[in-house]
Amino acid sequence: MWRGRRGWIPLLGPVALLFAIWHVAVVMSGSLIFPTPWQVAVGLVDLARQGLLLKHVVASLFRVTCGYLLAAALAIPVGMLMGWFATAHAFLNPLVQGLRPISPIAWIPLAILWFGVGDLSPIFLIFLSSFFPMVVGTAAGVMTIDRKYVRAARNFEYTGFRLFRSVVLPAALPQIVTGMRIGLGVAWLVVVAAEMIAVSSGLGYLIIDSRNAGNRYDLVVAGMFVIGVVGFLLDIVMRGLERLDEVRWRYET
Amino acid sequence: MRPKIEVRSISKTFETRGGPVPVLDDLSFQVADGEFLAVIGPSGCGKSTLLSVLAGFERPDRGEVRVDDEPVREPRRTGMFIFQQPSLFPWLDLERNLVFGLNGESEETKRSLVAHYIKLVGLDGFERAFPNQLSGGMQQRAELARALMVKPEILYLDEPFGALDALTRLRMRVELLRILSRERHTVLLVTHDVEEALHLADRILVLSPRPARIQRMIEVTLPRPRALADPALIALKASILLELGVDERADLDR
Repeated sequence: MWRGRRGWIPLLGPVALLFAIWHVAVVMSGSLIFPTPWQVAVGLVDLARQGLLLKHVVASLFRVTCGYLLAAALAIPVGMLMGWFATAHAFLNPLVQGLRPISPIAWIPLAILWFGVGDLSPIFLIFLSSFFPMVVGTAAGVMTIDRKYVRAARNFEYTGFRLFRSVVLPAALPQIVTGMRIGLGVAWLVVVAAEMIAVSSGLGYLIIDSRNAGNRYDLVVAGMFVIGVVGFLLDIVMRGLERLDEVRWRYET
Repeated sequence: MRPKIEVRSISKTFETRGGPVPVLDDLSFQVADGEFLAVIGPSGCGKSTLLSVLAGFERPDRGEVRVDDEPVREPRRTGMFIFQQPSLFPWLDLERNLVFGLNGESEETKRSLVAHYIKLVGLDGFERAFPNQLSGGMQQRAELARALMVKPEILYLDEPFGALDALTRLRMRVELLRILSRERHTVLLVTHDVEEALHLADRILVLSPRPARIQRMIEVTLPRPRALADPALIALKASILLELGVDERADLDR
């Protein structure tokens, strides 16, 4: 673990370099609109002081949590059915593969038509975006489990649901968790786009509103920065799941 | 006396893209209770398929297998299969792997069974270890312990030590003999190692190249414990190798 020995210091080098190039580029170009890193930092502090930063972050996280949990609650059982029963796979896989390439952004008009403006539209879009990676990951996880584990369990006369719960599920769990991590990453990408259209809060709204209401590009970039940080933290949480004893075996060796 | 296992003219053909491949051709034999039968044959002759059919994992196309005069249709707890690759569940620690096959025994019984078998295979102290923290030989011993936990009457061993290095393999054989001397099992061992078969078995079934037929059944009357350096054993080994079409003495003039 590189963080263990050297702390966060190696991370700071590239970031400092990026800020320096950014600052010099803005100054040299003489741009009146594009902010320097310092202006972005000031904008960020402003937002935080007014309580807007927290409000938007919470609004975005709330929608992601709802849409993502709904997606997981449906995608994981459906993925397991597809992975375990050939008939379920034959029936559902064409649907999944056909709907999966449609960007959630393309669903925005329909989302507004069905759910109006409000929280439901972005939640629906997040649901769509994270559903497919989790279905595909879960189905693949179940389909590719090493048959020797099933064979050993059959030898101990495990059948039906007991076999599924005791062997198939734990054997597929690492890939299910990986699918969940990808699903959350995509959900966080999509919430920003969804909030630019259907609602009046959240980080996506912050960005589009800052631009529309007076070309406040310092706040636009501040919003982007916060999106990056929160997404990074969400991924760290999901990576933590991959270190649990129940799934770690798959990533080692 | 009634045989423990009775194989009645079983045949099996695999359907492949290149057409049907007959694997087992009308095999019949019997195994007595408590007997150790080794099955050897050239690689790809169908000996692993034979063992899978005997244990109930695969069905023969024709004929039947009977254990205690009951037809075998499904794998049973009374006959444990051990494969070359350990199939310990990597998400469970060793202790939870060992109790996997138990049903409804009390916690106390479970604990004492674990303690007994983990000691029997020399893994005491590793109860909390996960399979991928154990060496190949240790995993195979744990596999054996997990199988013995459910008190099987028959052990089906499919090249159980095949993936281990030569020294570990020999050590495992001696371990197996020690364990079998304490618990009486009927054992079927598939191996390509003639010496291993001679070291362990009461009888050796030599199969022909595919489709497998019985080429020869050899009674191993050597006294136990057997020494690998015993001239009688070495002579028998040479004759079985000849049966398999291998002449140990390289014919340099040919």
